[in-house]
Amino acid sequence: MQARPDPADSADLVKVPPRKGIALSVNGQSFVHVGDPGMPLLWYLRDTLRLSGARYGCDSGLCGACTVLVNGVRTLACERSMDTLAGQSVTTVEGLAAEDGSLHPLQQAWIDEDAILCGYCQPGWLMAAADLLRRKPQPTDADIDALPNLCRCGSQPRIRRAILRAASMRRQNRHTP
Amino acid sequence: MSMHVPLSRRRFLKVLAGATGALVVGVRTLHAQEVVDGVPLLLLGDDVTALGPYLRIEPDGRTIIGARDPDCGEGTRTSLPRIIAEELDADWRHVQVLQLGPDLFRRKGATLWRYGHQRSGDGTSVPSAWQDLRQAGALARWLLIEAAARASGIPASRLSAHDGAVLLPDGRRLSYGSLVRAASRLTPPRTPPPLKSPERYRLIGQPAGDVDARAMVTGTARFALDTYMAEALTAVVVHCPWTDGRLDSIDTRAALRIAGVRRILQLQPEPGQPLGSTPIAHAVAILADDTWSALRARNTVKLSWKPGASAGPSGETTEKETLALLHSQSVPTHTVRQYGDFDATARHAAHRVEATFVQPYVAHATAEPMNCVVRIEADRVEAVVPTQSPQEAFDVVQRLTGMDPSRIHIRVPRTGGGFGRRFEHDYLAEAVMLAKAVGKPVKLLWTRDQDLGHDFYRPAAIHRMQALLDRRRRIIGWNVRKASASALAGREVPADSLWQSECDPNALPAGLVPHYSAAWFELDSPLPRGPSRGGHHVVDAFATQMFIDEIARQMHRDRLQLRMELLGAPQLLPDANNGPLDTARLANVLQQAADRIGWTLRRNNGHGLGIAFHAMLGAYCAHAFEVSVHGNALRIHRAVCAVDVGRVVNPLGLHAQVTGATLDGISTALGQAIHLENGRVAETSLSDYPLARMAQLPREVEVIVVSSTEAPTGASTLAMPSAAPALASAVEAATTIHVRRLPLMPELLRKI
Repeated sequence: MQARPDPADSADLVKVPPRKGIALSVNGQSFVHVGDPGMPLLWYLRDTLRLSGARYGCDSGLCGACTVLVNGVRTLACERSMDTLAGQSVTTVEGLAAEDGSLHPLQQAWIDEDAILCGYCQPGWLMAAADLLRRKPQPTDADIDALPNLCRCGSQPRIRRAILRAASMRRQNRHTP
Repeated sequence: MSMHVPLSRRRFLKVLAGATGALVVGVRTLHAQEVVDGVPLLLLGDDVTALGPYLRIEPDGRTIIGARDPDCGEGTRTSLPRIIAEELDADWRHVQVLQLGPDLFRRKGATLWRYGHQRSGDGTSVPSAWQDLRQAGALARWLLIEAAARASGIPASRLSAHDGAVLLPDGRRLSYGSLVRAASRLTPPRTPPPLKSPERYRLIGQPAGDVDARAMVTGTARFALDTYMAEALTAVVVHCPWTDGRLDSIDTRAALRIAGVRRILQLQPEPGQPLGSTPIAHAVAILADDTWSALRARNTVKLSWKPGASAGPSGETTEKETLALLHSQSVPTHTVRQYGDFDATARHAAHRVEATFVQPYVAHATAEPMNCVVRIEADRVEAVVPTQSPQEAFDVVQRLTGMDPSRIHIRVPRTGGGFGRRFEHDYLAEAVMLAKAVGKPVKLLWTRDQDLGHDFYRPAAIHRMQALLDRRRRIIGWNVRKASASALAGREVPADSLWQSECDPNALPAGLVPHYSAAWFELDSPLPRGPSRGGHHVVDAFATQMFIDEIARQMHRDRLQLRMELLGAPQLLPDANNGPLDTARLANVLQQAADRIGWTLRRNNGHGLGIAFHAMLGAYCAHAFEVSVHGNALRIHRAVCAVDVGRVVNPLGLHAQVTGATLDGISTALGQAIHLENGRVAETSLSDYPLARMAQLPREVEVIVVSSTEAPTGASTLAMPSAAPALASAVEAATTIHVRRLPLMPELLRKI
C-alpha cells in the first residue's frame, strides 16, 4: 500500500526559501555556506564538502599544502575565510581534471615524472603549478624556483621536471593542427 | 582447505583455496620461541613470529598483491608487490595492491603476526622482502604451471610462465585466471620451488612509478585525516610545553559556548602511563563536530601551565660544560671501541690535528602532522593510524582498550612522511583515551605547533676529534669523543641500547687506522628523544667527514686523495648485522661521485667543491657538491650522489629515495635546529624551523647507481648521512669559513 502524500508536505517542498549564507562555486558546483563566516576555506572544503585533496600542513601560510585556486588565482585555503568568498569560484585538485576524467597536463606530467613520494603536499604543488602556467605558459627555472610550496620528502627536482614537461606538452598540443 | 609446504623447520608456505575459487599463497615464518596461550600479546612483542604477505588471483585474472609495510613515501607499496609479481610472472598492469594491516592468528597455542615484517623507513623493508616475499610468488607460479600441465597433458618442464599466463610449447596461452581453480586444489611440492634466476627478471630492475600516483594527483588518495567516520568528533590538543609540567589553570566557559564544541577534556597521564617509558605531556583536548569549531575553541580557551622540575637551565648540560667534559680526563660512559694505542702514539706522532663539531637537536617535521582516527565499540576497535610500525600501533590499542586481538582492526593509510617519528604512538594513545572518554569516534589532529613542540627529537651532539699523522702525513691514529643524550634514555630497553643508539663501534675509520679510540659521554636532557632518519649515522658522518677535510686542510693534502688513502687496499671489515663492509665498494662510489663532479678540474669561477662518503646497512654512498657563496646567498649548482645498494628492485623508486634523502640532508643542514628555553621547545612554527625552499635546493640530484648482483639493501636513509658534510665541505672550499657547527646558514651569516 502506498502512502498518500500529505498536501502540506508537498507545499513545503516548493516554499522553502533559498538558504541565507555565502554562495560560492566549488569545482563548478554551487554551494551555500551557512556556518561561521570566519571559517577558513580549508575546513569548509575538508569538513563540509569533504573535498580532502587540500591538506592541512601548518597554520601560518608557510607550507602550501592547502593551495587552491580562487577565480583561477593561487590561494592558501587555510588563510582565506569564507566571508571573502561570496560569488567566487574555487577550484581544488579534485576539479583539476576534465569532467570526462581526462587528466590535466600537470597531473599527467606528475605521473610521468613519478613526482609523488609521500604525496601529502602534491595537490598543493599541482594547484600552485596550475596558477604558474596560467600566468606563464612557458615558465623558466627561476619561475619554478619562486614557487612557495614546501615538500618534506625532497620531490622538488621531479616537480620541476613535471612542470616543464606539462608546459612542453601544451606547447606541442598548440602546434599540432 | 589448506596445505603447508615446509621451507625449513620454522618456515612454511601456506596454500588455501579462497571462497571464490581464488588461489591464496602466503609465507609464514615461525620464530624459534613458541608462544603460550593466554600470555598477553604485549609481553610477546613483534619478535615472536613472522607470517608472510599474500597474493590472490581471481578466476577473472585480477591479481591482488598485499603490501605489508606502510608507505610513508618510501615506495614500499610499489616495490614489495613487484618482488612478488616478479616471481609470479604476473602481468603488472593487472595487479592491484592491497595494504595489509597488522593481524594475528593462533596456531598450536601460539599467537603469531600474520604478515611478518611490518616496518618502514628504517631500511629493512626490501631486505626482509627479499628473504621471503619471492617465495610466495614462486610457489604460486609453480602451482599454476602444474595445473596447466595437468590440463594440457604436457609435462610442466616444457611449460613456462609469462605476463599472467602459462605458455604451452605450441604457443597457446592459458591465463592464470583460468587455472586458479585447479591450481588451488593441487598438493604443493615437498620442497620450495626454485626462485627465478636473475637473467629472467622482467620487473625487478625496471623502473616503476608509484602505484597510487593517479589517486595522489587527483586528490582521491586517502590519508588518515581524510577518513570521515559517522558521529566522529574532531579533537585538537594543546600540550603542556614541559613534558613533566602540569595544568595550572583553565577557563573553558567561552570556548564551550562556541557552536559545535562538545567537550574539553584534560589528559593527565600518570608517569609511566599510558605507554610505559614513552613520555607524553599533559594536555587539554577540545572536541567538536568539526575541525574549525575545535580550532576556534582552542584559540578561546584560557590556559596556563606550571613547569615541572626540568624547567630552568639546570635541565640541560650547556655546550660549555659539555666541551669541558670532552676535554677532561673524565671516564667516558662507554668505551665504544679501542685498539692499538692512541695515547702512546700521540707522544711521537709527527702531526696532530684536532677539531670540535657541534650539532643541534632536530625535529621530524613530517608533511602530515601527527593524527589518527579511532572508533571504539563494545566489541570492536577500528583505528586508522599513520604509522611506520603497525604492529606497535596494534599493541598500543590493545594495551589501552584491553580488547581481544581478533577484534582490533588497524588500517594503515598512505602516510605523509615518517622519518622515524611514527615509530612512536603517543598521538594514538591520546586518541584512544579520548574515544573512550567521549564514547564516540575521535579524529585527532595535532596542529603544527604541537607537532613541532612535542616531537621525539634527534639528539644534539658534540664530537671532539683528534687525529695523528706520520711524517708522510698519513693518518695513523684516530680518537673520537662524543657527548649526547641517548635517543633511548629512559626507555624500557637493554642498557647497551643507550650507547648503541648514539655510536657504532664499526663506524669508519675504525679498522682503517692502526690506533683507534672511540668513547661516548652520556648527557641529560629534558627533551624527549627518539629514532630519526639515519639516526647517529647522520650526526657521526658529519663530524667524521668534516674532520677528514680539516686534516686535509692542515696537512695540505687533497680531500679526495686523503679519503682514498684512508680506505686503502680493498678489504672486508666487520659490520654488525649487515655482513662485512666492503671498502672497495665504498671507494668505488667515492671515485664515481668525484669523477662526475669533475673533482680534478680547477674552478676559476669562485665555485667550491665538496665530497663525503658513508656506508650503512650494507649499502654505500658518496656525495659531491658544487656551490657558490655570494654575500649571504648560498647556491648549490650541482649535487652528485653515487650509491651501491646491491641489486636494485625499482630504479625509479631508488632514485626518488636517494634524491629525497640528499635534499633532506641539505635542508636539515641549512637551517634546522630545535632549541630549549627554560626546558621548553622554543620553535613553534615552520618560520622558526625552516624547511629548504625550491630556490635553495639543487635543481637536480645527479644520481649514479652502481650495477650490482648483491642482495638488495634498504635505501630510504642511505643518502642522508654524507649529504650535509659534502655540502659543508663545498662551502669551505668556496669561502674561507670553517664549518664546525650546524645549522649552516646562521654560521654563514655570522662569519661572512
